[in-house]
Amino acid sequence: MSDVADRVKKIVVEHLGVEEDKVTENASFIDDLGADSLDTVELVMAFEEEFGIEIPDDAAENIQTFGDAVKFIKEAS
Amino acid sequence: MRRVVVTGLGLVTPLACGVEETWKRLLAGQSGADTIKQFDASHLATDYACEVKHGDGTDGTFNADDWMLPKERRKVDDFILYGIAAAEQAVQDAGWKPEDREGQIRTGVMIGSGIGGLNSIAETAVLIKERGPRRVSPFFIPGALINLISGQVSIKYGFKGPNHAVVTACSTGAHAIGDAARLIQWGDADVMIAGGAESSISEIGIAGFNACKALSTQHKDDPKNASRPYDANRDGFVMGEGAGVVVLEEYEHAVARGAKIYAEVLGYGLSGDAYHITAPAEDGDGAYRAMEAALNRAGVKPAEVDYINAHGTSTMADTIELAAVERLLGDAAANATMSSTKSCTGHLLGAAGAIEAIFSILAIRDQVAPPTINLDDPAVESQLDLAPNAKRERKIDVVLSNSFGFGGTNASLCMGKLR
Repeated sequence: MSDVADRVKKIVVEHLGVEEDKVTENASFIDDLGADSLDTVELVMAFEEEFGIEIPDDAAENIQTFGDAVKFIKEAS
Repeated sequence: MRRVVVTGLGLVTPLACGVEETWKRLLAGQSGADTIKQFDASHLATDYACEVKHGDGTDGTFNADDWMLPKERRKVDDFILYGIAAAEQAVQDAGWKPEDREGQIRTGVMIGSGIGGLNSIAETAVLIKERGPRRVSPFFIPGALINLISGQVSIKYGFKGPNHAVVTACSTGAHAIGDAARLIQWGDADVMIAGGAESSISEIGIAGFNACKALSTQHKDDPKNASRPYDANRDGFVMGEGAGVVVLEEYEHAVARGAKIYAEVLGYGLSGDAYHITAPAEDGDGAYRAMEAALNRAGVKPAEVDYINAHGTSTMADTIELAAVERLLGDAAANATMSSTKSCTGHLLGAAGAIEAIFSILAIRDQVAPPTINLDDPAVESQLDLAPNAKRERKIDVVLSNSFGFGGTNASLCMGKLR
C-alpha cells in the first residue's frame, strides 16, 4: 500500500474510531464506517492538514469512500 | 398539584467522581483546592482552583474513558463530558431506562451551565486569528453550546420529552432542578434528568473572574485554606468544576415502579435583585424573597427548616445571605444548621446549585450536616450553627438549598424527607 493510503487510513481510524481492517478501498465513510455529515467535514479538514492541500467544497462532496480520498489526494498533491 | 421526588443522583466534583466518594470526603472536611494543573496559571493573580482529579477511576478519580469514547470526547468541551458522566450515574442510580415510546416521550432533560464552552471558544478564536476560518472544527459549535448536555443525554438514552437548558450564572443548577420539577408538576413529563455542569478553569475563565475581583488571590502557598465562607479573612471564591445531576420523578410514577426515593422537592422560589450586575443587593431582599417563596410553595414554616445549604461563596456577600436567613427564621435560627460546602468543593458556578441540592438530599438521608471548613474566625456573630470545621449529626427533615448568581438571579429549593 502506498504511503498516501497509509496516512489516509491512519486519519480515518483515528477520527472515526474504527478498526483498521474495516477501512477498505470501497468503504463508504457514512454507510460503512459510521460517520455523519459533520464527521466527513472534519475528515476532509484533516486530509487538508496532513497533505498541505486545499479540497474545495464541491470536490469534498465527491469524496465518499476511502478509495475516493486516496485517489483525490494523489492527484492533488 | 402532582408531587415530585428524587430517585437518582450523580456527581463529578473536585472531591471525587461519584456520589458516595464525594460525600465521604465532604463529611470528612477535605478540600478539593490545589495549584492549577491543567494549564500553567503562574502568571495569573490566582493560580489555584478546585479541579476535577483525572486518573484511572480508582480512589475517586475521574476516568474520562469510563463515560465517553475518545473519538466522541474530543468533539465536546469538558463541561459536556462532566454533565454526561453525572447524568449516567443518576440514570443508573434511578434504574430508569424506558424501552417503550410512552416512557421515552414522558422523560425529559434539563441540564444547564453558567458559561458553557468557554475554553473551546477561546481556543477557536486563537485558531481563527492564527490560521484562518477554514480550520474551525465542525464540532466547535455543538461542542460548546450550553444545551448540548441536554441534547447529548437525550440522544444517549432516547429521552424524547422536554429538552431544555438553564443559563442563570451561579443559580443555574438550582433553577434547573426547580424548573424541571415544575414541568413534572404541570404534567409536561413524568421524569426529568436535571442539573448543571461547568468547566471554566482556564486562562480566560480565571482572568475574567480575577478582573471582577471575585476570586481569592491570597492563598498561593496554602490553597486548601483559600475557600473560607463567613471567616473574617475570606478574600474571594475559589473556582471549581464538575457536574451534579438528579433524576426527578412524579411520586406515583416512582412508587409504581418501586423506585428508591431519596427525598421530595417540596418547594422552589425565585427572585431578582434588580440591583447590580455582579454584587448582591446589600439588604439581602432578593435572597430573602427566594427563600420565603420556596417555603410558601412547600407549605413549610420557617421554624421547620433544619438545614440550609448556603450559597456562601467566601466573598463579602456571605454575611448578606446570613442576615437574610436570620431574618427569615427569626428565633428559630438558633435551632438550625447552615453550612457552605463551597468551603470544600470551591464554587462550581453553574453546577453549584445542583451539587449542593444533592448534598442537601444526602444530609436528609444520613441525618448529618456537612461542615463549613476554614471557619476559624467568624466575621460576624450568628445564632445559626454554621458547622465550623466539623460535620453536625442532627435531625434533618427539611432543607433549603440557596443559589444566587451574577445579574441578581436568586433561587432557593426546599426539599424534605418523604412524608
